[in-house]
Amino acid sequence: MGLFIAQLLTGLANAGALFMVASGLSLIFGVTRIVNFAHGSFYMLGAYIGYTLMQVLPGAVGFWGAILLAGIAVGVIGMLVEILVLRPIYRAPELFQLVATFGVILVVQDLALMVWGPDDLLGPRAPGLRGVVRIMGEPIPKYDIALLVITPFVALALWYLITKTRVGILVRAATQDREMVGALGVNQAWLFTGVFALGCALAGLGGALQLPKGGADLLMDFNILTAVFVVVVIGGMGSLPGAYLAAVIISVLNVFGVTYLPQSTLVLMFVVMVLVLMVRPYGLFGREEVAGEHGQVGEPERPIKPAGLQVRLLVAAGVAALAALPLFGSNFTQVLATDILIFCLFAASLHFLLGLGGMVSFGHAAYFGGGAYVAALLVTHADTPMELAFLLAPIGAGMAAIIIGWICLRLTGVYFAMLTLAFAQLLWSLVFQWGEVTGGDDGLLSIWPAPWLSGTTAYYYFALVLSVGGILFLRHVAHSPFGYALRAARDSERQAEATGIDTRRVRMFAFAFAGMMAGLAGGLFVFSKGSIFPNELEITRSFDALIVVFLGGVKTLSGGIVGGAFFKGVEDMLTRYEYWRLAMGLLIIFVVIVAPDGIVGTLRKLAERAGLLRRAEDET
Amino acid sequence: MLELSAVNSFYGKAHVLNDLSFTVARGQVVALLGRNGAGKTTTMKSIMQLVVPRSGKVTFQGHDITGSAPHKVAKLGLGYVPEERRIFTDLTVLENLEVGRQPPREGSYAWTTEMLFDLFPNLAERRGNRGKALSGGEQQMLTIARTLMGNPSFVLLDEPSEGIAPVIVEQMARVIIQLKQEGLTVLLSEQNLHFARAVADMAVIIEGGTQKFTGTLDELNAHPEIRDAYLSV
Repeated sequence: MGLFIAQLLTGLANAGALFMVASGLSLIFGVTRIVNFAHGSFYMLGAYIGYTLMQVLPGAVGFWGAILLAGIAVGVIGMLVEILVLRPIYRAPELFQLVATFGVILVVQDLALMVWGPDDLLGPRAPGLRGVVRIMGEPIPKYDIALLVITPFVALALWYLITKTRVGILVRAATQDREMVGALGVNQAWLFTGVFALGCALAGLGGALQLPKGGADLLMDFNILTAVFVVVVIGGMGSLPGAYLAAVIISVLNVFGVTYLPQSTLVLMFVVMVLVLMVRPYGLFGREEVAGEHGQVGEPERPIKPAGLQVRLLVAAGVAALAALPLFGSNFTQVLATDILIFCLFAASLHFLLGLGGMVSFGHAAYFGGGAYVAALLVTHADTPMELAFLLAPIGAGMAAIIIGWICLRLTGVYFAMLTLAFAQLLWSLVFQWGEVTGGDDGLLSIWPAPWLSGTTAYYYFALVLSVGGILFLRHVAHSPFGYALRAARDSERQAEATGIDTRRVRMFAFAFAGMMAGLAGGLFVFSKGSIFPNELEITRSFDALIVVFLGGVKTLSGGIVGGAFFKGVEDMLTRYEYWRLAMGLLIIFVVIVAPDGIVGTLRKLAERAGLLRRAEDET
Repeated sequence: MLELSAVNSFYGKAHVLNDLSFTVARGQVVALLGRNGAGKTTTMKSIMQLVVPRSGKVTFQGHDITGSAPHKVAKLGLGYVPEERRIFTDLTVLENLEVGRQPPREGSYAWTTEMLFDLFPNLAERRGNRGKALSGGEQQMLTIARTLMGNPSFVLLDEPSEGIAPVIVEQMARVIIQLKQEGLTVLLSEQNLHFARAVADMAVIIEGGTQKFTGTLDELNAHPEIRDAYLSV
């Protein structure tokens, strides 16, 4: 009984930081509709800044003052990010802003590395709260008790701010209909900036508060991000009580999980999330999202058309050039080109889902890594010949996509995105923690292609044929009746239904098909590297693909491919330098601001303006 | 007080307003008439700069407001009451009013919630209720009251009588006449003449985004063929 209580209290104490970070994310999303991927980075900054301040400021006042100041400092940084990075792109297509926040993640990672160095920092103990108290014989750190007391006060203050003050009323009104709030004389720009700064300050506060428990390290941004997304989704987007309850559930569950099911701590969180969403699709306290209710009307879609003769010739020339590569390129160039080709196929499969199907998946790595693991497991445990294992990679990934899609497609919008992310993380944690079968963190090694493909050039041609073939197949499907149905379902679900299209079925097929193609890319990947590690399933891999698709241009067919080639090429050039993340992050932010339609979309607009291409208006 | 000159507005490629030009003088109630899809709402939004005209100019009290941010337009004293009752359904009646609150400008009326509850007694009983619990008519009253909280000198009313019980429509007409007596200038849009006849001095008729008639209500009454051609009966 004593142990039980002790664990419950520890769980509740852990919930504090999680709640603060999650409520910040939830607030930001509610008002600005920005899914702030960088939220974990602000949490990390809070920890680092708090650490430094605690070194400088003395005593108990210094300790608590440092926490408060860290929160304020992170709030100010968040304000700068909002004004400099996000404000110029509010009018960009929905969700485009998350690309910019991803750039912020990279920048913050390298800045933290520069300032605080690569070593983990041990958080200082809180003055006067160093020991433990015994509750029913069990030791409980005094600091945990302090957190237990502080968190409800922060929650209450937030609740008061949101429900009782004019600012809170405006925030809630803007969550519902921000255009109308503007038309009533409220300057939305400052409301957005204020909410963003507040959300970031909460994240920073959370980061500084957990210092005595967890310290500060360079991985804490991504480590908390998934947990925060899970909390926000379980609680319901935009709901403070929901975030609090969910943070408590997740934290308590984690503490018990560590004791009783140490092998499944990571999986547990996602299992809970899936269960909650199956019963309550919009979270415990969430409200149904209605598309377009927030007064955002984007530019009308321009229909995509099959490529004209010019483009076909250009593509043929490109493929011919790629085919000739081994004649003059080095071994290294071929390996790099193989990487790029595989990545382009992966990105194109996500683009198919996102651009044509309107389904934003945050967890597309599940099918890429999934396909790779299917092949690797077959080779490792069943001595399957490479050809067969390779063939089963897309099939396995497709099957996973069918199961996951069947559950996720009950939801739409951000909830759909979050649920796909949860499943990807579920798969990742399974692979990571089920060491006996998957090798865990050590991965699976010696997954080599069959002898006839073992040469670099032979495998390059193999990858070239299958990637280009896969991409052309994706394009072909886009222009088939199925592709029309998919686009119809994206643009107007009701009208599509009324014309006899079973939109759910169409989406299911598209989801499975995109998963299969990602699995194909994964199969190509594993045999090109000869090994596979859990990081191919990671959230960062999913984000890479997402960034690439947005950077390339969601509304253009070639967006995924151009973005993929650009991203991989630049990454290869930059990773040779020490602070490549900083450069990459700044580059992403730069591209996002100057090319809000993506690379392809913006190039096309420029070409139209210069008179090189006919305007879409002239053709109608 | 408000002047539109050669305003052209687009949604993407669709040309919705075509060289619209008219003026509304201080203290007038002007009815913007036209059938469904004629461009009435777009005209309202183009004045409010929720839709920015691609060419032409909107002047309010001598300021060129074309391209300004909507919140700046509102701050000048232009109040906007949207169609389809865009109230904040998760907020209470009092909170809805709070969102609309702006400090009074020189010479403008200074509304308080109590004055508005006198004007719309139904809302007084519902002040603590959430927007989604209100009836259609109550929601419509709330959108008007919410805009009045900004103490505007000019109100844009987009189809105030649409989808509302006749009793409430009558009440609404009385309110508009009362507001006019208080010195408020109003531009209201309607599909037919019934409501406009009771409150308006002037009428502008549009069809397919093009102006078809501008004049007093008496002139319009003298030409029933115009009414028959462009309005629903």
